[in-house]
Amino acid sequence: MSDILTLYKKTLKIRYFEEKIDWLFSRGRLGGTTHLCIGQEAVAVGVDNALSPDDYVVSNHRGHGHLIARGADPARLFAELLGKPEGYCRGRGGTQHLSIAHLNFLGTNGITGGGIPIATGAGLSIKLSGEERISVCFFGDGASNQGTFHESLNMASAWSLPVLYVCENNVYAMSTRFSKVSRLTDVSARASAYGMPSAVVDGMDAVKVSDAARMLAVRIRAGHGPALLEAKTYRYCGHSKSDARAYRSSDEEALWRMRDPVLLLEKQLSGLLSASEIETLRSRAVSEIEDAYQSAMLMREPGVHDAFEGVYADTESYVPQGNL
Amino acid sequence: MPTQNLTYRKAIYSALDKVLSESEKTVFLGEDITEYGGAFGVSADLHTRHPSRVIATPISEGGFMGVAVGMAMTGYRVVVEMMFMDFMTLAFDQIVNHAVNVHYMYGGQLTCPVVIRTPAGGYRGYGPSHSKAMENMLFGVPGLKIMAPSTVQDAYGCLLTAVADNNPVLFVEHKLLYSLEEAVDLAEIQPVPFGKARIVRQGSDVTVVSHSYGAHLAQQAVMELEDEGIDAELIDLRSLKPLDIETIVESVTKTGSLVCVEEGNVTGGIGSEITAIVAERCLEYLDGRIIRVGRGDTPIPASLASEGLILPDKDTIKAAIRKALRRL
Repeated sequence: MSDILTLYKKTLKIRYFEEKIDWLFSRGRLGGTTHLCIGQEAVAVGVDNALSPDDYVVSNHRGHGHLIARGADPARLFAELLGKPEGYCRGRGGTQHLSIAHLNFLGTNGITGGGIPIATGAGLSIKLSGEERISVCFFGDGASNQGTFHESLNMASAWSLPVLYVCENNVYAMSTRFSKVSRLTDVSARASAYGMPSAVVDGMDAVKVSDAARMLAVRIRAGHGPALLEAKTYRYCGHSKSDARAYRSSDEEALWRMRDPVLLLEKQLSGLLSASEIETLRSRAVSEIEDAYQSAMLMREPGVHDAFEGVYADTESYVPQGNL
Repeated sequence: MPTQNLTYRKAIYSALDKVLSESEKTVFLGEDITEYGGAFGVSADLHTRHPSRVIATPISEGGFMGVAVGMAMTGYRVVVEMMFMDFMTLAFDQIVNHAVNVHYMYGGQLTCPVVIRTPAGGYRGYGPSHSKAMENMLFGVPGLKIMAPSTVQDAYGCLLTAVADNNPVLFVEHKLLYSLEEAVDLAEIQPVPFGKARIVRQGSDVTVVSHSYGAHLAQQAVMELEDEGIDAELIDLRSLKPLDIETIVESVTKTGSLVCVEEGNVTGGIGSEITAIVAERCLEYLDGRIIRVGRGDTPIPASLASEGLILPDKDTIKAAIRKALRRL
């Protein structure tokens, strides 16, 4: 129960954070673009539940959920997205280039498939150092068609690296349905080409994702090499803020929404929590996000120094801030 | 260690052996760098001396470049060998969108200490995909440093500096330099700092700026022109990025003319940038001309004869120097 409650609280936090971002964009208060993970929260919280704080995480362009699941402070996330120096990356990375070193979060990534070899390299570091931790990489069905996917899974398998590859198959790579660009139904089928175990899981159900991720993570921690987990999921919003979703039907969207990750968790909690307790948790989560946003709004704007400083790291005096 | 005759190849090997010996947190990745000994024989027996940290990769330049970035972000210093500089194009995403941005875009939380060593250049009849000197393609990329030493001593001293640096470094090794021999005492060689050029020959008539194998061609040209009474100052850049602007400006201020020599394309080349800097900083001191020497805007043909017409040589450099001094 405590496990499900944790999953639920994190799921709410992600949902309301993303809804706030959506709201900010609709009012023109954020620059650039954003890729919301509403509908996909169960993958982020479920996988996170199978990890230890030491584990490395590499994410992708749709990474807010992964960040919040790992314990990112929403106020500093808002600050980052608002371009403020008190954001995690001084406002330079923004949504698609966001790392949190002290959480071993190596970064969201703006290049589709760009993070897969990086996570693999983290896996090689772990292996050479003889550490206990594992490296986890989130990517989508779209990234599985990049060369980096093939090159990385091949290397990880050949070298037996401790990497859990998590494919969030949300059906569409931007507008392109996976079935139009692959003869396979499942991305996970590709694992066999690398001699790697895989699993397919219902990516709308956080408990099932957690169980599946844990099962594979245990195997990886025991030194049996990498694995591929495919979570079948769906993003409710468009690919990014400019997407009218002309490539899919509202019937299809409605079908997926019937299996909403938040509602599924509430069903699993019914009998354990009353309706009013659920309502309290929801309103607490909403105000927590609102407070985080308000505090980020009070943070200062960047000056010239923030824009130009630090293109190069010092070599004599540099002390990494992370615990890497 | 006594003074010994050492090749450029062996100097690189020795520097790699030193950095791998000094830290368990240094690794070396690349294609065919173990039993094969590296495509140009640089890695030789390093894999037996440092078995778990000299790692032969699959033919996956983009992939293992990304692996290097991931390792560098998690506590390792990584040296990568790109078998031919031309193959670096396969790894450009990981270099240009990832490695060079790590420190800045993550707000200083992480660094990316990766050295990309790569054999560059032509004059060998290998054709369009195995002959390019393309350091100019990465010259304008913020967050990257570039070294291209031309001597055995500098090869050793520059590589020590590159590996110690906390930023991504492109390290250009011209293929024709590998067999170059010099008498050196490795124990006496100091790391070569970034942004510090070497004045090969002092002179007062014209400034000649070059790097890598081009510096040797330029040196031959400059020496032969002594007979024509031309007193050229030759600058070997060694570090392209950061560039030793002060040494160049000081020299051109004195000589009043400039010849830039490189093997890469003239268009968008290192010489184009140096020319612009000189125009900005010392236009009023120019009494001669500014001439750029480099590869014309063609692919590199496999025919040795045709390649020889396209790449710069001693004679084209001599002609350029005379032209800069209006002695044609």
